[in-house]
Amino acid sequence: MHEMALCEGIVEIIENEARKGAFAKVKTVWLEIGALSHVAPEALHFCFEAVTANTIAKGAALEIIEQKGSAWCLACSRSVEIAQRYQPCPACGSHQLQVTGGEDMRVKELEVE
Amino acid sequence: MCTVCGCGDAKASIESADHHHDHGDHHHHHHHHAHGDDHSHDHGGHHHHGHGHDHPHHHGHDDHDHRHPHDHHHAHGAADIDCSANPAGQEVAGLSSGRIIQIERDILGKNDRLAAENRARFAAQDVLAFNFVSSPGAGKTSLLVRAVTDLKQSRPVAVIEGDQQTSNDAERIRATGVPAIQINTGKGCHLDAAMVGEAYGRLPPLRGGLLFIENVGNLVCPAAFDLGEACKIVVFSTTEGEDKPLKYPDMFAASALMLINKIDLAPVLDFDLAQTIEYARRVNPRIEVLTMSAKTGEGFSAFYAWIRKQADRMRASALGAVQG
Repeated sequence: MHEMALCEGIVEIIENEARKGAFAKVKTVWLEIGALSHVAPEALHFCFEAVTANTIAKGAALEIIEQKGSAWCLACSRSVEIAQRYQPCPACGSHQLQVTGGEDMRVKELEVE
Repeated sequence: MCTVCGCGDAKASIESADHHHDHGDHHHHHHHHAHGDDHSHDHGGHHHHGHGHDHPHHHGHDDHDHRHPHDHHHAHGAADIDCSANPAGQEVAGLSSGRIIQIERDILGKNDRLAAENRARFAAQDVLAFNFVSSPGAGKTSLLVRAVTDLKQSRPVAVIEGDQQTSNDAERIRATGVPAIQINTGKGCHLDAAMVGEAYGRLPPLRGGLLFIENVGNLVCPAAFDLGEACKIVVFSTTEGEDKPLKYPDMFAASALMLINKIDLAPVLDFDLAQTIEYARRVNPRIEVLTMSAKTGEGFSAFYAWIRKQADRMRASALGAVQG
């Protein structure tokens, strides 16, 4: 369950921001998660509640903005959208794809008070 | 709580160089000390400013409006920390008092920075490091035992072993005369850059040598964690089924080389080599493939040639960096 480790990372980022930004409560955490990143959003939801239990982010809502996967097709020289890594180019069927986007896992914004 | 690996404090431990003693507490102190150092120089205002400056207008206003109701708070020209400041300090009736802080930080940012530090250490000492990943039982340790026995004749070699529990693997490596440090991740499912940095410091000097990092047997989690290696090598065995690259695409996408182990069993298993390679290249068109058998020794000379090629490449790029 590396989602636990990722949630620990999220909490640490929030705690650092709290030190700088002088807030006492986190209401919402927005993450940007790529379709081709190393995490399943539902697993993050599951872990987030457990990991934030005794932290400043306790009770915060977790909002995940899913980012689509994109790739450059070497065969037909165009940028295409893909949902999975093993998926062929939707235009020409080639597997000669270089992933260009949708791999990020990022804390984007916080709503605090 | 260990913030990178998610394991409990009392669980993760790294063997000391003198592996006859139990230094559990001591290790973890070091481990967390490293985390602390990272904090102090990493989360300064300067870094954050730079980052915020890079991405202040990452998303459209429409997107904002969809996601949360506080669009009135957004001052998009503002600096990184608080884009929601209400200049009058007043609340608008009926709306939440919450403010929005833009952060834009990679969740794995800290691990990635520690990995970059490891990579710089390896480069400074001319050490070529590989991160071996696979399912449990694919034969990583058997493969390494044979490889280090051969390779230690020509250059310094060391191994960092990762497992949830036991130092069995490190002991198998040490039986060959090659130094090895065992990391026990406890409940953790992968090695991270902090653990590897700590373990590397406990190995004897390795200048000009090879470092093999054997990750926890797990085809999922280790894909996300850069350890500072030159590349990941995924070990796949013929007993696992041809479609494993499709089932676990992240790991095959993250690896530069696939070693197909237990090739001596292929005839018994009706193993379809061409199909396996085809699936792997669907996920990663550039992955290189070698077939081997840790039992018979088949394919090892090709693997050593591949390692020499990587070493030449690393030295050429180091030279290029110096000259450039």
